[in-house]
Amino acid sequence: MRRTSDQETQRIFTRRALLLGGAKLGLFGALAGRLYYLQVIDSARYRTLSEDNQFNLELLPPIRGRIFDRNGMPLADNRDNFRIEIVAEQTSDVARTLSTLREIIDIEDWDFKRVLGEVKRKRGFVPITVVENLSRREISRVAINAPYLPGIRIEVGRSRHYPHGASAVHLTGYVAAVSESELTGDPVLELPDFRIGKQGIEKTYDLEMRGSSGQRQVEVNALGRIIRKLPGNEGQPGQDISLTVDVRLQEFTAARLAQGKSEVVPKDDPRAVQALAALKSAPPAGPTVNLDELGAIAPPESGAAVVMDIHRGDILALASTPGYDPNLFNKGLSPGDWERLLSNPRSPMTNKSVTGQYSPGSTFKMLVCLAALEADVATADTKVFCPGHVELGTARFHCWKKHGHGMLDMVGALEQSCDIYLYEMAKRVGIDRIADMAVRFGLGEKLGLELPNESRGLMPTREWKQATRGEAWQTGETLITGIGQGFVLCTPLQMATMTARLVNGGIAVKPRLVRDPAAPAPGFDPVKVSPRHLRMVIEGMEKVVNGKRGTARAVPRESDPFRFGGKSGSVQVKRITKAERLAGKVKNEDRPWRDRDHAMFVAYAPLEAPRYAVSVVVEHGGSGSAMAAPIARDVLAETLRLDPSRIASTAISSKDDS
Amino acid sequence: MARHPRSDALNPPELTIPQKLRQLNWGLVLLISMIAAVGFAMLYSAANGNWSPWAERQMVRYAVGLALAIAIALIDLRWLMKWSYAAYGVVLVMLAAVEVAGEIGMGAQRWIDFRVFQLQPSELMKIALVLALARYFHGLTHEDVGRPHFLLIPLAMIAAPVILVLRQPDLGTAGMILLGGGAIFFLAGVRTWKFLTLIILGIASVPIAWQFLREYQKKRIMTFFNPENDPLGSGYHILQSKIALGSGGMFGKGFMQGSQSHLNFLPEKQTDFIFTMLAEEFGLIGGLGLIGLFVLITFYGVAIGLRAQCQFARLLALGVTTTLFLYVFINIAMVMGLIPVVGVPLPLISYGGTAMLTAMAAVGLMMCAYIHRDLRINRQGQVDD
Repeated sequence: MRRTSDQETQRIFTRRALLLGGAKLGLFGALAGRLYYLQVIDSARYRTLSEDNQFNLELLPPIRGRIFDRNGMPLADNRDNFRIEIVAEQTSDVARTLSTLREIIDIEDWDFKRVLGEVKRKRGFVPITVVENLSRREISRVAINAPYLPGIRIEVGRSRHYPHGASAVHLTGYVAAVSESELTGDPVLELPDFRIGKQGIEKTYDLEMRGSSGQRQVEVNALGRIIRKLPGNEGQPGQDISLTVDVRLQEFTAARLAQGKSEVVPKDDPRAVQALAALKSAPPAGPTVNLDELGAIAPPESGAAVVMDIHRGDILALASTPGYDPNLFNKGLSPGDWERLLSNPRSPMTNKSVTGQYSPGSTFKMLVCLAALEADVATADTKVFCPGHVELGTARFHCWKKHGHGMLDMVGALEQSCDIYLYEMAKRVGIDRIADMAVRFGLGEKLGLELPNESRGLMPTREWKQATRGEAWQTGETLITGIGQGFVLCTPLQMATMTARLVNGGIAVKPRLVRDPAAPAPGFDPVKVSPRHLRMVIEGMEKVVNGKRGTARAVPRESDPFRFGGKSGSVQVKRITKAERLAGKVKNEDRPWRDRDHAMFVAYAPLEAPRYAVSVVVEHGGSGSAMAAPIARDVLAETLRLDPSRIASTAISSKDDS
Repeated sequence: MARHPRSDALNPPELTIPQKLRQLNWGLVLLISMIAAVGFAMLYSAANGNWSPWAERQMVRYAVGLALAIAIALIDLRWLMKWSYAAYGVVLVMLAAVEVAGEIGMGAQRWIDFRVFQLQPSELMKIALVLALARYFHGLTHEDVGRPHFLLIPLAMIAAPVILVLRQPDLGTAGMILLGGGAIFFLAGVRTWKFLTLIILGIASVPIAWQFLREYQKKRIMTFFNPENDPLGSGYHILQSKIALGSGGMFGKGFMQGSQSHLNFLPEKQTDFIFTMLAEEFGLIGGLGLIGLFVLITFYGVAIGLRAQCQFARLLALGVTTTLFLYVFINIAMVMGLIPVVGVPLPLISYGGTAMLTAMAAVGLMMCAYIHRDLRINRQGQVDD
């Protein structure tokens, strides 16, 4: 039976071996089918996924547009930013390479430690920045020593540079890293070294100057290491912006404004050396220092100055002092520096020329006279007696001249800036017609200059007071408004615009800061006031500087090759109490800086054929004629001196000449 | 019963070594050499066009393995049969020793360190078990196989290593040992209804077995069913492997051009996922070509088994063929996302010493069975004449 059993075993084996073999074949077939499904039917999907794995999209930040002045001088440009990076996996000893590098260029201790810390945290192929903003000389020293510096490489990026720094900062503004709230979903904003405009023209024209980003594909491995870069789209560089400003005049204006009444002395002068030694804070930058009458370092005056072409509206200079260095924001400001900027009582971060709002004081008097003339409530010959004060009900209104000016006509009242005459004019014409005239000359509304944070100013009316305060307008308030105090507020830009409209023949010129050669010449509407009336107030402004009794008669100098007209203003910041008035304690210099009057002056030149208007405000600068007028004079002198070399903007339209 | 004409009288004379060499199945040697050559090429590509560190060492291993296979082929089948229980016992002891003195590797204890090389007893067990079971069933009559108590010993022979390997824990190898042993049961003629009973019992025990699985094994099985749920975690390997395969397309990305493999998206491309790399670089054509070579090996195994005259040789030939098949199937099914990732290498191709040794031993035993195809051995292990 053994054989039978063996044969049965073999028979079953044969059958089952074939079954098993068939099953294996079937399973191999299943593998083949699955392979076919993956590699042929579903292949497209996996191919896409594979490319997603293999390639990352890399954004190429666009080159930011530059800012030029009217003569093509750069106000903001892009500099090569040389930096040194270390790739940890390319050196056997990071610390030793850094030590060798340290013998060639300066590396701060904390940078040294930061790099060693980052090397531990990051993957070996990720480059780590060691130092930035190196000079070409330093870079070439590193390049020569490259064989001894394994893992070190030199990279070049771009950083924003403002060649004129603080003196043009309120024009240019600055760029800085994008903050969380500024993200719009545009991926370029999320690049670590991308900068956007935060202030000034940089902010207003941020999108235009930004351009559009390029893209390129980079091949990466599973760890994110870049294997290969593929060519891509370079992107569109940002648009350049050309300003109406003359940067030479801008520099001069900012420096002159900051100087105030102080004396400019070279830093190596013995008096300057002594003053600097006594200084507790950091010494001011630049080759010179400003000394006050006591021989100490004078802080920069806090103020604003605007120079404007009266026909075209071109802003030739727009200064606000003190300023700050916009280049600091590029690298990132330390919290301490930022705190100091914000807490400085002279508010360097504010562009006072467009944001600052001041009572115009006596510079407002031309508009009140003009309103009276236009309303036919007075003529040039209208005479008023000034006894030094005037009563209204129980209130007494003083003239700045304690014992009065005596009998004055309109030109004389403007020349000597008599308050009593203006109280009378204001009372006769009324607040509504004053406000109407002021608005026609550009006060109380935004002028639309291409800068952020422009203030409206304030031109009060009966309706305004009722709406905001819930009270009726008082006649006394009309009187106060008549001398440019009380509720009325305006910006230095508005004061310059007002002056321009007065002296350009009554054209409602609008200021502008950006030149667009392609745009049509600007046409402005007439203000619609009688040329005869305009001539009367202009005569007043002429006499302020050139008349025998003019408040600013001491300002023009024999050496000046031009003549100018203007109007001073000194604006009370703190109400003078009766007790102080009686005690005679009203001298400006005796009061703390915060309580002193604002000094202001508006001017135009040349006297015979006006072309430029200037406004100057010096916060707590005291007397307008003593502090602000000389600044205006010097700025006008520089404006005219530079006039022939300035590149003209678009031609004046015939309408402008009318 | 009719007697086979040659069965009684003509048991072949003893063969000398040169005769055996001439009998050697050179076609099979050529086949495995082709497969190994594919492996060298892929290891060369995996190292970005370098012979080191993998390809050159793999070639040495193959040379050693081929010598071993030929040596095994020349061993007398009776001698093999005589020592098969002993071999099984030694490997089982080694497997138990791993529990005690094993080294931690990849979260599982699998290796014995012999200083010169590391040995994975669980791999050797796949062969040893085939030898022992073949020996056991060789000694049973057809009727014996039908009696349940005769199956207790072989069941224990399977259960012992499976339990040890599960404790390591190595799910893939345990499954392979179980399936390999089951195949021998099937071929030896164990009744079909018993298989069905065992299968039903096995399925019923799945919830119980689940309790004994380690956390990472549970996770692997879960991610197998849902790889996209966890693309950067455990599902990453499967997903990246499928991307590599799918993006290879019909003709592949070209030799050394596989972006998934060369940019390291593909994990363990030189070991468990080497088939993926092949199919990424050579496409469907390359993948089917390799599968075709393994199909031919399976044919050889079945043919040798059918041709052999004694039950031991038959079971041995088909047993080791099945072991090789299980390697190939589990590995390829795993990288294509058909079964969970269980860490089974592709024989003759994946980089690794023990797997190469096991595969070459299997080939050696196939050839041994072929050389001794006409030998008849009685149930006690003596030549039947």
